[in-house]
Amino acid sequence: MYLFGRRLPNMSSLIFWGLLWEVVGRLGISFFIPPLSEIFITLFEIIGTPAVLKALGETSYAFLMGVFYAIFIGIPVGILMGQNRLIDELLLPWVNIFLSAPLTALVPVLMVLFGFGMTSIIITTTLFAIWIIILNSRAGVKQINRSLVEMARSFGASPFDAFFKIYFWAALPEIIGGVRIGLIRAVKGVIIGQLLISVVGFGALFELYSSNFLMAHFWAVLVLLFALAFTLAECLGWLEKRVSYYASSR
Amino acid sequence: MSQIKPLHMAEPAIPDIAVSVMDVSKNYGSVEALKNLSLEFPRGELTSLLGPSGCGKTTLLKIIAGLLPATAGKIEVNGVAVEGPGDDRAFVFQDFALLPWATVLRNVAFGLELRGVAKAEREDRANTYIKNVGLEGFEQSYPHELSGGMRQRVGLARALSVDSQVLLLDEPFSAVDEQNRRKFQEDMLELVATEQKTFIFVTHSIEEAVYVSDQIAILLPRPSRVSEVIRPTGFRHKDVANIRRDTEYLDIVDRIWSSLRNYVE
Ligand SMILES: Nc1ncnc2c1ncn2[C@@H]1O[C@H](COP(=O)(O)OP(=O)(O)OP(=O)(O)O)[C@@H](O)[C@H]1O
Ligand SMILES: [Mg+2]
Repeated sequence: MYLFGRRLPNMSSLIFWGLLWEVVGRLGISFFIPPLSEIFITLFEIIGTPAVLKALGETSYAFLMGVFYAIFIGIPVGILMGQNRLIDELLLPWVNIFLSAPLTALVPVLMVLFGFGMTSIIITTTLFAIWIIILNSRAGVKQINRSLVEMARSFGASPFDAFFKIYFWAALPEIIGGVRIGLIRAVKGVIIGQLLISVVGFGALFELYSSNFLMAHFWAVLVLLFALAFTLAECLGWLEKRVSYYASSR
Repeated sequence: MSQIKPLHMAEPAIPDIAVSVMDVSKNYGSVEALKNLSLEFPRGELTSLLGPSGCGKTTLLKIIAGLLPATAGKIEVNGVAVEGPGDDRAFVFQDFALLPWATVLRNVAFGLELRGVAKAEREDRANTYIKNVGLEGFEQSYPHELSGGMRQRVGLARALSVDSQVLLLDEPFSAVDEQNRRKFQEDMLELVATEQKTFIFVTHSIEEAVYVSDQIAILLPRPSRVSEVIRPTGFRHKDVANIRRDTEYLDIVDRIWSSLRNYVE
């Protein structure tokens, strides 16, 4: 973006939107929109409080556990689907259905099945992340050079060797791409899970603040979440760039 | 005079057979690729499989390697029936089949790695063969940093380092440029002389087959059988530089061409 002929740094348009928010907030049009400055002051006030730290801790825990299951179940399942026609035909329709399904609608079902707490949130997170990881791992295996597999077999590779020494590495660029998208989806999953199951983490905080009309607090937590999700996505993008050189040299 | 004779008259004077193919047939669905094919590969010699495109040379080689099951018939290596891949055979692939994420050293040692040889020992052996094929100094390079000819040297070193008695080569030089190819052919002759191994060599090139082979099996188009087996004898002991001018060499090339030209459209 250019202003008076000078190039402005990336995202400096955010300053404009921030100022607009501040003005609208000061005009006192709605109690729902407090001035931006007030939101940030509140953010710095509450960020160290036990309630927020606890919510952050619980969210990270649910996120990491959910992602852990998504990765350690998703990658092997995807590779097996790529290797084996029968497994592929059995599972592929389900993977495709769940990939595009509105998973939010499943959360109430999970609450019935797994209770009103952390377990359901972790499962929600996994469900958001796992399908794309499966599909990408499968795609990575599908494009593998057949003669690599034959080469390994001709030198007597066990299925275990073939899996860890050939398939995994051959599919690695696609797997990493899938994990990156999966992690971004997992952020959505962990937040949506907490909002619907509003007894732990940020869900509980949102519930508390909105029922007490603490709008500045409400917005502060939202800003915090947006910032965390954005930072995570940027870090992953950076990591993926570092491994993509390898995909192009295959 | 060249010694050319059909298979059924093959001399029993070569007693030591490393690989024998007995009445092997292979169908892909309704496609008959091989039909009742029989052929013997004498130990310590190089046998070429020559024939029109699509006649089943790769199929035969993969069946011998144990990578494909035969529909009917039997393969024996040193008198033992083949049921799958084994330590007694090593394969060199037309498209090299190198691990793009691994260095030359690891690629050459990969056959040994899969066969469970300890790291220090397999790298030691890999280094020896990297030197033998002339790739010294490239141990830490990655395949995409090498030329086609160098990549195939890696594939060759990998197959040699597992020290199998039978080496199966599927058009190993077809993705290599002409000058490198000639060098490879000379190297093959030396390998056959120095390594006590049986080589089974698939090629499209009549000249290449006659140049490097102790025995040439001509295959006919699908469903494939062996139409004749040719054993060039007169020029084997000659200096590599003079083979291409030898009259027996030229006779055999001509003779093979006249029997194959009918199948080339
Ligand atoms: N997986 C397969 N499924 C069906 N048919 C196949 C398959 N592989 C090979 N064939 C057929 O079997 C025949 C022999 O194939 P093969 O690859 O062994 O021939 P080739 O002699 O190696 O040919 P080229 O000289 O072109 O490499 C061909 O007609 C081919 O179409
Ligand atoms: Mg072939």
